[in-house]
Amino acid sequence: MKHYSAFAIAREAFRQHTGWGRAWASPEPRKSYDVIIVGAGGHGLATAYYLGHRYGIKNVAIIEKGWLGGGNTGRNTTIIRSNYLQDPSAAIYEKSRSLYETMSQDLNYNVMFSPRGVMMLAQTEHEKRGYLRTERANALQGVETRFISPAEVKKLVPIINLDGPRYPVLGALWQARGGTARHDAVAWGYARACSAMGMHVIEQCAVTGVTSENGMVTGVNTTKGHIGCNKLGIVVAGHSGALADMAGFRLPVESVALQALVSEPIKPCMDVVVMANTVHGYMSQSDKGEMVIGGGADGFNNYTQRGSWHHIEETVRALVETFPMISRLKMLRQWGGIVDMTGDRSPIISKTPLGNCFINCGWGTGGFKATPGSGYAMAELVAKGEPGPLAEAFSMFRFREGRFIDESVAAGVAH
Amino acid sequence: MSHRLKTGGRLIDRSRDVKFTFNGKHMKGFAGETLAASLLANGQTLLGRSFKYHRPRGIVASGAEEPNALVGLGKGDRYEPNQRVTTTEVFDGLTCETQNHWPSLDFDLLAVNSLVPQFLTAGFYYKTFLRPRAFWKHVYEPVIRKSAGLGKAPSPDARDPDSYEQIYAFCDVLIIGGGIAGLQAALSAAETGARVALWEQTAHWGGRAPVDGVTIDGQDADAWVAATIAKLEAMDNVHLRLRCMGAGVHDHGYVLGYERVSDHAPGTDAPRHRLWRMRAGQIVTATGAIERPLSFAGNDLPGVMLASAVRDYVVNYAVSPGQSVVVVTNNDDAYRTAIALRQAGVGVPAVVDARAEANGPLVAEARAAGITVLTGKGIRKVKGGKKVTGVEICRIDSKGTAFTEVFDCDAVAMSGGWSPVVHLWSHCGGKLVWDDTHHFFRPDASRPPLGADGAGFVRACGSADGEMGAVLMGAHEAGLAAAKATGASGTPPAPATDQVPDMAPMDAVWMMPRNAEYDLRMKMWLDYQNDVKVSDVQLAAREGYQSVEHTKRYTTLGMATDQGKLSNINGLAILSDALGQPIPATGTTTFRPPYTPISIGAIAGGATGPVFQPLRRTPLYDWHAENGADWEPVGQWRRPYTYIRAGEDRHKAVNREVTNARTNIGLLDASTLGKILVSGPDAGRFMDMLYTNMMSTLKPGKCRYGLMCNENGFLMDDGVVARLSDDAFLVHTTSGGADHVHGWMEDWLQCEWWDWKVHTVNLTEQFAQIAVVGPKARQLLERLGGMDVSRDALKFMEWSEGRLGGFDARVFRISFSGELSFEIAVPASQGRAFWDRLLAEGADLGVMPYGTEALHILRAEKGFIMIGDETDGTVIPQDLNLNWAISKKKDDFLGKRGMEREAMVHPDRWKLVGLETLDGSVLPHGALAVTGGKTANKQAETEGRVTSTYYSPTLKRGIAMGLVRHGPNRMGEVLEFAGPNDARIKARIVDPVLYDKEGAKQDV
Repeated sequence: MKHYSAFAIAREAFRQHTGWGRAWASPEPRKSYDVIIVGAGGHGLATAYYLGHRYGIKNVAIIEKGWLGGGNTGRNTTIIRSNYLQDPSAAIYEKSRSLYETMSQDLNYNVMFSPRGVMMLAQTEHEKRGYLRTERANALQGVETRFISPAEVKKLVPIINLDGPRYPVLGALWQARGGTARHDAVAWGYARACSAMGMHVIEQCAVTGVTSENGMVTGVNTTKGHIGCNKLGIVVAGHSGALADMAGFRLPVESVALQALVSEPIKPCMDVVVMANTVHGYMSQSDKGEMVIGGGADGFNNYTQRGSWHHIEETVRALVETFPMISRLKMLRQWGGIVDMTGDRSPIISKTPLGNCFINCGWGTGGFKATPGSGYAMAELVAKGEPGPLAEAFSMFRFREGRFIDESVAAGVAH
Repeated sequence: MSHRLKTGGRLIDRSRDVKFTFNGKHMKGFAGETLAASLLANGQTLLGRSFKYHRPRGIVASGAEEPNALVGLGKGDRYEPNQRVTTTEVFDGLTCETQNHWPSLDFDLLAVNSLVPQFLTAGFYYKTFLRPRAFWKHVYEPVIRKSAGLGKAPSPDARDPDSYEQIYAFCDVLIIGGGIAGLQAALSAAETGARVALWEQTAHWGGRAPVDGVTIDGQDADAWVAATIAKLEAMDNVHLRLRCMGAGVHDHGYVLGYERVSDHAPGTDAPRHRLWRMRAGQIVTATGAIERPLSFAGNDLPGVMLASAVRDYVVNYAVSPGQSVVVVTNNDDAYRTAIALRQAGVGVPAVVDARAEANGPLVAEARAAGITVLTGKGIRKVKGGKKVTGVEICRIDSKGTAFTEVFDCDAVAMSGGWSPVVHLWSHCGGKLVWDDTHHFFRPDASRPPLGADGAGFVRACGSADGEMGAVLMGAHEAGLAAAKATGASGTPPAPATDQVPDMAPMDAVWMMPRNAEYDLRMKMWLDYQNDVKVSDVQLAAREGYQSVEHTKRYTTLGMATDQGKLSNINGLAILSDALGQPIPATGTTTFRPPYTPISIGAIAGGATGPVFQPLRRTPLYDWHAENGADWEPVGQWRRPYTYIRAGEDRHKAVNREVTNARTNIGLLDASTLGKILVSGPDAGRFMDMLYTNMMSTLKPGKCRYGLMCNENGFLMDDGVVARLSDDAFLVHTTSGGADHVHGWMEDWLQCEWWDWKVHTVNLTEQFAQIAVVGPKARQLLERLGGMDVSRDALKFMEWSEGRLGGFDARVFRISFSGELSFEIAVPASQGRAFWDRLLAEGADLGVMPYGTEALHILRAEKGFIMIGDETDGTVIPQDLNLNWAISKKKDDFLGKRGMEREAMVHPDRWKLVGLETLDGSVLPHGALAVTGGKTANKQAETEGRVTSTYYSPTLKRGIAMGLVRHGPNRMGEVLEFAGPNDARIKARIVDPVLYDKEGAKQDV
């Protein structure tokens, strides 16, 4: 693998950039692997990366039905934060956020992690009390957050309207070390690192079945034939239900389309990420200058990765209230991604009823921020066969037991 | 230099001058033309700077596909960035300025980027800016952000003064695109009797046909267009809309139309934009086609334009992009431009045709007009700095190392063939097929977007369908088929016949010369705005970004404000070539709505400002407002948090209100409480399922406090239920929960228990409800007279109906404060009068309204729970020691099974207790009790949390409720709570009921 640096670019510039090789190889699958990860999105690739990096398991294939990073990794609004209320959530999201801080250097691939700060506006007394509670919890969880005053909000976000006629801004929960990253680059960076470790990233290869013997997984049937494995990790977000079905179990997950949009690019006018949960909308400005906007999920289960309309109107109205100056900007593009939602809006990193088959799903509307932490915890589960402390609370069996990790308490909005 | 022609211009009105300013310079145009035409007529060819290299850029196109010529339009609150000059109609007083340069358009220091393109290749930023780590946030990113972006942001305080409108509409057949194909489709559909809507994004009907010299039944296309419009306008079942773009096609025939009502005529009363939300039975896309550029070195210089755009400017607006225009093409169509230029008296040094032979009728016509035609040749490179000064020609099959001819010219008209506009076809899942003749993707009629019935609901016609010859018959068939699919049965007359010249096949030339060397490829632009070049796509392919989506995202090809309208197919072709596979194997990226960017204002529509989420007002709203209400949003209501009097702050006001309610009489506007009538023969059975406690045994005339849980057993809402009669209950819910609970009831009744005879009505707004609270409450009601409210006549937890002080009243003897208390509902229309009467009659008794904060404190002193404070979606009734409200007799109720699960019955659950700080201070909101230990994830271990915390003016100290592990068994124990700034606050576990434990005060 060629090392990336300014020096490498300069050297290549003098030979017409002919020296760059593939960022990741495109091999034909072997007959079998120690571990197969289904799903080459951020979470699947991160899982593979940490299997190799932390546990030395490198005989790994990551199988992807389409192009890698083409699911929610390439469709989300790139927000990274860890200001969660419940202990297990705060632990894994904070681990994830901290891994993002060094990801560019760890992967030698600039994922443009930008710790520009994330704020969640409090627009009712009730919401304010909720964020004060989160602030208190975060302090004990090792997550740096602070409840800030309306004046501080205005200073950080000059375009905000504090005195909206409907919901005045009463303050905000501020996580200075949250931010954004370049979503595609996360997948590409991991794929490159996995490939460099000798792992196989196999694109355009759909899994059509899971094979097993005596209750233990033996491999997967794919459009490129049967591929054997000792262990199987399913990391396919919106299509988890379909894969679980192949593996012979059911998941407490529903899939819905989450809507997002961007404006045309403009010069920098907002440096931080703002989430307004009472009115249901959030916005940040990408490095390219586009205002990146997200809001609600469709009110019905579906697999269409399309933008639907009514939520867009609601979200945009909320944001025009919050940031009136955007009224004369234009929406460039809208799209949808399929998010897998659990009953408590928290993820699943779990053993399954099928032996040596593990699943990582249910990240719902907030999976991007968890990418490295999710991979880190999932790799431990796959490598050891038992969850470590980060994953322990996220068993798929918790719903049967009533052990919810309910984050809707703190964040009722998609993110 | 671009200039105005002396004659011609089918769309301009030379008698009407239009004055406007460009970068502060005064200019003049003619009414009827676009800003682009006006600027070119004024000789202005340099119009902006590109995104990455800040290259000088001019107009390329004449319509929605323009990637370069974007300006900031208007001033102050009406300023709008990134406006395409090609779709902006010029008007008197228009002001615009160019974008993305510093310090000026002509002299842009950031153009330095352009000097080192070999460093700034595709995705270079993924490979660098890696160290030192802190530099990304503090150095690299800020610099990148500043140089990126396009238009200036509006001012932070800008408030859009214009209005926007949204409208729902329905039709049988919606035709999008008002060229001749769209007009014919509309006519044929309308003649069947179907309801037809026809949208055209520009200000004119007819599309390209009049410009291209198409004749219809032997006449000019213009004549046919005028006659057809006259016919359509005369039909009742046809709705025509100009300046209305089909923005997006969604499921079930839901189409967004973006009508720019008054952009061209600001200052009128009309809304600026109107968003049509059309539900169409069938859709016909007649959206035309867009010409493709050719990739040759320097193809981005101002003066290099699409051949069709050049023709548009000449024919429509009498503007020539130059004095001398070289035409370069791989097809016959561009010869129309050469002929039009020559007819307008503009020099055409040569047509450079990449094909080995060129023999079509248009070619012959051009030759006959004396135009030099070079075949088998291409442009090696365009000469010039900020504008075109000439072109070097080379053999198309060469590497381009040397030129064969050189022409001086000041403009280049290029044509790389056409691409049908398939966006609207594709938005909702319509598939495409590759056409080997014309080398474009066109709609695959066998795989259209499917409706709920499994049948297609979109058809394409005209060039949008890939038809590059005569279109009227196909359009007629599409319009007719669409109408029939909606059930229409009439038979329209046969269409007219459009005559177009024969065209020889095009040659798939994607790059010229075909074997160009790197130095040339590095200067061939694919995506103008985002500065993506042929060499970038080739690099992406080499590095393994081979999926078309990877290439797009790695290079940013097609991600600019034109969304790849010009660049996509050319980019795909280069990528396919690099991968050695046919173009259809590469596929396309996804077409996403909207077709072109639409204003945020139009999406928000009219529901902004005070009507964004309509404010709900109780009948007493005005009184509160006039009497110092400090408002608190509660759902869509506003309730007084407290009433602040002169010399008071919030805290003092709240304390006064609490104390008064405990000693005299407090009045609370409880009108926001949810009031849902549940009636019918199965009402009792339904209520038993809805509530954890037994409701069917409640006697008429009695009230009962009840709990509602969701399926998981978590407490969702609470309130007092009054049984009105054998088959009717009045359900009181929390203020914020009313709509949700009503929806919840309907969900169960409609989806699960649809055969139960139960009817629900949300009566919340029909009644004003006033709580009269305090030791002197009965005295006040007795003064009003008319009803017996004595202790024996109206017992605690009973209600009665009658005339109270002349008002129709339902009086509930219930208490949420621990005091003697009546909640009185009167019809909403009598609410204010009743309230005023209470205040007047009770003046000497010390009657005084209180707000929501006093309400909270009163209930907290009494240890009553509050939904949303003590509960948060994770709390079951047992956690709050409310086991008494959970029926053990009922077989089932919502949440029963949920609360029987392992973790729900676990002894370690946190349970409700009262908390008192040792020093009397108020515990912070949400504070957690710490054990001093650590979790496996190195978090501080906790054993409880504060759920409600207040200063109690009654007890003169901080009081709190909280959930604590084994709490009720640990009375008297002192816990340590973590406060702000690492403070540790000690608090003792006490009984949550801190006021009148025996309940003597409420039962008097």
